[in-house]
Amino acid sequence: MHHRYDVVVVGAGGAGLMAALYAAKGNVSVACVSKLYPTRSHTGAAQGGIGASLGNVGEDHWEWHMFDTIKGGDYLTDQDAAEVFSKDIVDAVIELEHMGLPFSREADGTIAQRKFGGHTREFGKAAVERACYAKDRTGHMILQTLYQQNVKNGTTFYNEFHVFDLLIEDGRCTGVVAYDLATGELHTFHAKAVILAAGGYGRVFKITSNAFTLTGDLMSIYYRKGLPLEDMEFYQFHPTGLSKLGILVTEGIRGEGGILRNVNEERFMERYAPTIKDLAPRDIVARSMITEIREGRGVGPDKDAIYIDLTHLPRETVEGKLAEITDLARTYLGLDPLKDMVLVQPTAHYAMGGIPTDIDGQCLSDGAGGKIEGLYAAGEQACVSLHGANRLGTNSLGDLVVFGRRAGISAAKYARQAEYGRLSEDPEAETREMLAGLRSNSGKDNPADIRKVLQETMMNNVGIFRNGPDMEKQVEIIKELKERYKNVGVADVSAKFNGDLIDAVELGFLLDCAEAMTASAVNRTESRGAHEREDYTERDDKNWLKHTMAYKDLNNEGNVLIGYKPVALKGYTRAFEPKARVY
Amino acid sequence: MNITVKILRFDPEQDKKQHWENYALEVAPTDRVLDILHQVKWFQDTTLNFRRSCGHGICGSDAMLINGRNRLACKTLARDVVKEGGTLSVEPIRGLKVVKDLVVDMEPFFDSYKAIMPFFVNESPAPARERLQSPEHAELMAHSSNCILCACCTTSCPIFWANGSYLGPASIVQAHRFIFDSRDEATQQRLGLMNQNTGVWRCRTAYNCTEACPREIPITELIEQVKRSVMYGQA
Repeated sequence: MHHRYDVVVVGAGGAGLMAALYAAKGNVSVACVSKLYPTRSHTGAAQGGIGASLGNVGEDHWEWHMFDTIKGGDYLTDQDAAEVFSKDIVDAVIELEHMGLPFSREADGTIAQRKFGGHTREFGKAAVERACYAKDRTGHMILQTLYQQNVKNGTTFYNEFHVFDLLIEDGRCTGVVAYDLATGELHTFHAKAVILAAGGYGRVFKITSNAFTLTGDLMSIYYRKGLPLEDMEFYQFHPTGLSKLGILVTEGIRGEGGILRNVNEERFMERYAPTIKDLAPRDIVARSMITEIREGRGVGPDKDAIYIDLTHLPRETVEGKLAEITDLARTYLGLDPLKDMVLVQPTAHYAMGGIPTDIDGQCLSDGAGGKIEGLYAAGEQACVSLHGANRLGTNSLGDLVVFGRRAGISAAKYARQAEYGRLSEDPEAETREMLAGLRSNSGKDNPADIRKVLQETMMNNVGIFRNGPDMEKQVEIIKELKERYKNVGVADVSAKFNGDLIDAVELGFLLDCAEAMTASAVNRTESRGAHEREDYTERDDKNWLKHTMAYKDLNNEGNVLIGYKPVALKGYTRAFEPKARVY
Repeated sequence: MNITVKILRFDPEQDKKQHWENYALEVAPTDRVLDILHQVKWFQDTTLNFRRSCGHGICGSDAMLINGRNRLACKTLARDVVKEGGTLSVEPIRGLKVVKDLVVDMEPFFDSYKAIMPFFVNESPAPARERLQSPEHAELMAHSSNCILCACCTTSCPIFWANGSYLGPASIVQAHRFIFDSRDEATQQRLGLMNQNTGVWRCRTAYNCTEACPREIPITELIEQVKRSVMYGQA
């Protein structure tokens, strides 16, 4: 089947839905293609809040938010992106409210705000209430509200259409190829502009807060074309995942006064971040927790968890503002946060890196300013780079709306003046070949066997603490797994709703993401933000204040070529010089 | 513990009708039913199909009939539904066409959702800042805005089974979210939709929906609130 739309959005989470709304406002035809029903997207799992300097509770300014974002990113954040973001997000949150988002409210009727990790007043003096929230289901409310607005707007959705290829001819994107899960048929979407917003790849790790469906599809497809992925070595582990399960427990619990404790019930964060303690940024808290566990002060049957203590908080807070995580703790661990301390451990959560874009969402083809015409990206899948080496809590939801909106506006603007690009004779050929290859395999490994090894080894070798020898070992493991993958068995021969085939395709995407990530991490011989090396423990601004650009070597399988891109060290009106990062 | 899970299977390309298949497994008491289904799919029979995404009860993908009751597979633990040596049964939710195995056609469900104007309406010029709303008014939407559109409620409703044109509990909950939003201006239009013969009056307060809701939304109570609003012509 063949379709034609001025703008095609891939992914229907927060970034994709925002992009679709704004592209449509630009008077162009828009379709949104997603492998899930929109309301199933993982934006809905975000809990704690969306940061904006509204100042509803305590004094706040966009400059403070900009500074916190840059310092949180360990100075790898592009400061032009941080400035645009910190200003735009204020309007964007107000806009969400005008779309009807049911925020929690302060007594005066304004949007409720609370403290969150790394968000401070006066450039680091004390924590500030910046996270605008709807109980502890802010992401759910953003996803629902944006979907509602798209229903109102009459956006055309292709649900359970899985994008398997990106059509790029001579530096111009001309559309995508998608697989219709219900029928097994391929569809070509011919477009003047394409916006990629299909989320992250947390399923590369064993313990993750990410959905089963977050397999880095579009990052991998981009990478397979010889195009770069930026800063893939920077992957955030959220400090508080439910023990063993990795299910997210919002940082909002610490914003509301929850305290991390070790086996001695000591508030250990006082030792690691004396000023803001439990509200230090995620990379620092996650490392502190692992250090406590390694030094024998972990809790739980395997001594591999840490307590989060809410028992001193009022019932209204725990069952009201934190109702979601209270339900999760009761359901999965049988613990009642009102009277029990809850067992948590760091969980793979968020990719700071991804498809490189400029400030308007246009995709970059190298580190020297080259761009792909008609191709845009936003959200977790993109790297603009707002988050640098470590994202601050609440800035992912902010990123979605601000850069989803910008990508939508830019794509529509481009599409209004552009003609449709030429498609090749048979745009579906490569996808058809890939699927036929998988279907004809007779290997005894099924996708789950290979995936299990990948997830366990990535966790061990490219996790929170890293070192050269372990990562080198992982490079070889990924090569072996890719070799096994070539003959991965697909037992299900059916056309309709073939989840076995999807599993196999998604595993291929994950393997690419793991390859780019590991190669980038081995290469960066310093510690910065979420990238913590035991063999290079210091940040090295002289050699490493630059973005990594990882390219698949199309002439030498398994080889990754590394390039770089300068960091924007100045915003438009403000600039913050790199300093030591203490809290 | 050792259990048998029996799953109602259907392959539209091979089967004329649904049939049960049994799988013997060793599971942990704290495993989610979703983990059990994954164990079957990943290591015993890769042809098994079901929807799932987040794995912790927020995306609403994996509603199914577990031991005869609508639940989310990811929010149901083995120890609550099966004992050592026992059998766990899993079937697709009822009232929607089965596409394959545990996958049903969700389009009619979302069509009902779209029929109730599920979006905020306020055409007055927007202020420069947020519209104000008291915490008490915000709290009126606390339950209805918690809905994840999983369809556990609607597909457990005997009225919906008998008559698919009934908008169903999920859509009424969505309407409630806007009817009780002090900022929304389309209350009368929505009350009109609720007053149609596909609307609230079909509800016979069977309470199945309330029991089925994985988000513990007091659905029947919300439907009653909407009925009263229709009667009095205001929220």
